Amino acid sequence: MRRQLAIMRQSLFDQGYLDEQFIELEELQDDANPNFVEEVVTLYFRDSARLILNIQQALERKPFDFNKLDGYMHQFKGSSSSIGANKVKAESTLFREYCRSANAEGCLRAFQQLKKEYATLRKKLEAYFQLARQTGPLETASRPK
Amino acid sequence: MAVNGAVTWLRRAGEMDGYGLSASDTEEVHVLAVDDSHVDRKVIERLLKITSCKVTAVDSGRRALQFLGLEDEKEASNGFDGLKVDLIITDYCMPGMTGYELLKKVKESSVFREIPVVIMSSEKVITRIDRCLEEGAEDFIVKPVKLSDVKRIIDCMTTDLRGGINKRKLRDEGEDRSSSSPTTVDSPTRRLKMTSLEEHVFSSKK
Repeated sequence: MRRQLAIMRQSLFDQGYLDEQFIELEELQDDANPNFVEEVVTLYFRDSARLILNIQQALERKPFDFNKLDGYMHQFKGSSSSIGANKVKAESTLFREYCRSANAEGCLRAFQQLKKEYATLRKKLEAYFQLARQTGPLETASRPK
Repeated sequence: MAVNGAVTWLRRAGEMDGYGLSASDTEEVHVLAVDDSHVDRKVIERLLKITSCKVTAVDSGRRALQFLGLEDEKEASNGFDGLKVDLIITDYCMPGMTGYELLKKVKESSVFREIPVVIMSSEKVITRIDRCLEEGAEDFIVKPVKLSDVKRIIDCMTTDLRGGINKRKLRDEGEDRSSSSPTTVDSPTRRLKMTSLEEHVFSSKK
């Protein structure tokens, strides 16, 4: 299971879902704070789900309020960057560019793509942490005293 | 609250008078962290705790001012020793009051202007950085914040503290190494002072 977890983790980086900021967070974990990364990521999913809903609702009101949309996306991009969510961050950047050029079609397209990437990341990270939780205690038990 | 504050202040003053700050000294630095993002607050709090700081994290500039006792343009009374803040680290982009506006309010206060303020921002805009430094910010961190960023800030701060003590000791011994002007928070000046201290350290090792 350890090996499975390591493979899963490595592929998240290889496929560009995560960047080095995720590793920065991993390095902040210790025996006293063994679930720090999962806690931060859980917080991220909670906050970003709300932002996505806000953006969704804002995109249902015509004409688009590009300033408001950009504001929401700025927050979304910020926290995505803080957890190392690489692909999601890239999609956020694209969306913001469309906002700044007041390109409504572009915004809609970029948002669809962003939601897809976000959903994929969420699924992958939830699977990863679930496996990590199962594997964790095993690791401790096998560590020599 | 006031009792705790008095104890902290006395301990700090006692150590400074005795030049007791050794390399291993772990006097806790109290940092006020300001960020509207819950995720970023959690991260900065952890980063600061790992760097052995005491942290108070708030979600807005307004709450930061409330904590300092600076809300509504009123100056803090001396009764806030228990909440003594050694460093403020704030996000730039926040709804309501921006980090820049918070910086200005702190620097305009006769009670709190000496507290170093560090700005964090996801956007590396040179004009923004310059504006913050001109307004008296100690440093500017580009997000996402890393442990090395926080360590650098805290190291600089504690070095400044020791630098101040060493300069006073040198003056007492009759050596006139630096001016006796009060510590300013202007970064270039601070760096100059640190350089003159380093020169002394190197020359004394010959």
